[in-house]
Amino acid sequence: MELQTLTFLTVGLSFALYIAIAIGSRATSTGDFYVAGKHVHPVANGMATAADWMSAASFISMAGLISFLGYEGGMYLMGWTGGYVLLAMLLAPYLRKFGKFTVPEFIGDRYYSQLARVVAVICLIFISFTYVAGQMRGVGIVFSRFLEVPVETGLFVGMGVVFIYAVLGGMKGITYTQVAQYCVLIFAYTVPAVFIAINATGNPLPQLALGSELVDGSASLLGKLDQTLVDLGFGSYTEPFNDKSMIDVCAITLALMVGTAGLPHVIVRFFTVPRVRDARISAGWALLFITILYTTAPAVGALARMNLVETVNGTEGSGTHYAAMPDWFKTWENSGLLAWYDHNQDGKVQYAAGKAFAGNGKPVFDGDQRGSQGERATSNPGDGEIQGGAPHANEIYVDRDIMVLANPEIAGLPNWIIALVAAGGIAAALSTAAGLLLVISSSISHDLLKGTFMKNISEKNELMAGRMAAAAAIGVAGYLGLHPPAFVAQVVAFAFGLAAASLFPVILMGIFNKRMNKWGAISGMLAGLSFTLGYIIYFKGVFIEPMAANVPENWILGISPEGAGVIGMVINFAVATAVARNTAPPPAHIQQLVEHIRIPRQA
Amino acid sequence: MDQQHQAYWKANIKLVISCLVVWGTVSFGAGILLVDFFNQFHIGGYPLGFWFAQQGSLITFLVLIFYYAIRMNRLDRHYGVNED
Repeated sequence: MELQTLTFLTVGLSFALYIAIAIGSRATSTGDFYVAGKHVHPVANGMATAADWMSAASFISMAGLISFLGYEGGMYLMGWTGGYVLLAMLLAPYLRKFGKFTVPEFIGDRYYSQLARVVAVICLIFISFTYVAGQMRGVGIVFSRFLEVPVETGLFVGMGVVFIYAVLGGMKGITYTQVAQYCVLIFAYTVPAVFIAINATGNPLPQLALGSELVDGSASLLGKLDQTLVDLGFGSYTEPFNDKSMIDVCAITLALMVGTAGLPHVIVRFFTVPRVRDARISAGWALLFITILYTTAPAVGALARMNLVETVNGTEGSGTHYAAMPDWFKTWENSGLLAWYDHNQDGKVQYAAGKAFAGNGKPVFDGDQRGSQGERATSNPGDGEIQGGAPHANEIYVDRDIMVLANPEIAGLPNWIIALVAAGGIAAALSTAAGLLLVISSSISHDLLKGTFMKNISEKNELMAGRMAAAAAIGVAGYLGLHPPAFVAQVVAFAFGLAAASLFPVILMGIFNKRMNKWGAISGMLAGLSFTLGYIIYFKGVFIEPMAANVPENWILGISPEGAGVIGMVINFAVATAVARNTAPPPAHIQQLVEHIRIPRQA
Repeated sequence: MDQQHQAYWKANIKLVISCLVVWGTVSFGAGILLVDFFNQFHIGGYPLGFWFAQQGSLITFLVLIFYYAIRMNRLDRHYGVNED
């Protein structure tokens, strides 16, 4: 069967499955809508959390990110998994014991303050919307690349599917579709990885293949990769701190860990299990399901980088004639993710360190014009200088997303696997989008309407308001996906910094510090949030021009904006503690509430 | 909070702190701060420090959460605060 037909069929079947699940799990109460009636089995919740957590970025971009960063890619791997340890031990069981519906609700009750609740809602909505815009874009991009439909069409189809199961089923519908989506995405990720691992090393487990000898017996994979990259003028793959300093790697890792634990759409998943002990073990299952993908990614990254070098530079290392490049090179060139400019005019494609194109390194295409070899013509070639003692200048631009998307083609795998990767990418994006949309809608219907502005609203109307808020949030997310504001790409990574600096510390202190009061919590949240936001805007210029060059000399303690959440978190703790010490302690019933959530069952 | 509950909370904190010490030592210690030292050694084809940063930490995290969950269930029962 032709690839495109096969892809339509696979993606269509996966959609039919999600919709069938949604129809089978409609929400009939606010409890169903917000927390799936608290009936979710811990293993099912683990799978749902894994799908909720692993976004289009994890599925499509992470392996590519690692393959270009080498050792430093570890900060994403450790950062995005280490947060689950914090979640399991410091937050999830206690919030489950608290037993209500949303994260701002906990903050409002614990700090006996509507103001604290509203501040938490603002943090939550800001974090979740920046994150969701990237997901909707991801759906559109997968559609356009694999099915050759316009990005907009893909986006509308994706919105439609999420609409059906999020609006109908609420958390209940989302949970069970996420379980199905996890199965689709993990299968789609690991199958090609196993094939390329066997091809390169003969070892079917990607986790072991990364540390194995190559099939030709010449060297170990990592050893060969180190040598090859250094010869081409890059930093070595496994040597630490080529691109970032030690303190910055520490700060970014910690910011990602704490941010992960503070993301509302992840926390709320642990509200859906029946008991406190289920919340603890469920975090373990979630991490197991996540680790399967996250330990596969570094192998995919390293193997893909090796494949790329060998395919482009050839066995002699002198480059490959454009006409002799494999089909996938030209396919992805057409989609704009690859580009070639023949700096030395020898008709051969060559890969090495340095930028092949001027400006930010991305190619600017001359419409559909073709160059002398039949390549897509570009209008911004770089200076073609040879870097770091490489034998030739770099002549290609490679988008990091290719490492996963084109992997099956590069490895010459059958069409059904390529179709599967498309369905997997869409599953990863949709499952995360749905989880985010749900926390947005429940914070509007439950925290703002029921909790603050319309306290007398009936359950039936609250449920209706929740559905309407979900529908509206899908609309906004779709709009952001269609017209991504320039800052979205930069800001998604910072959602973690903001969660680390605002929500995580107040929740933590709410559980472990009985003396923490409302003034401490509110001032801490605002201080942490405004510092982090300010630091990012100062160096990255999100709405305005950056006020200082984004270079290590200007950073506080050498910590980049990506790691700023750590400083924000420390400021939050310090401000909150100082303010709480100088204001009245929380009332007796709040201190009792804290004791209550610390014990799974009162005698 | 009565004495039984206080003792339970103390035991809980102790367990969490010891788990977090392991959490930090493996990821920040072996994976980042001492990565050059550990890279002198090899496990399979991996430099050890690199392995901790890309694989070892993740596996340690996983083991830690399951260990914690099992130990907490025991603590719950021991102090009579278990849910069933």
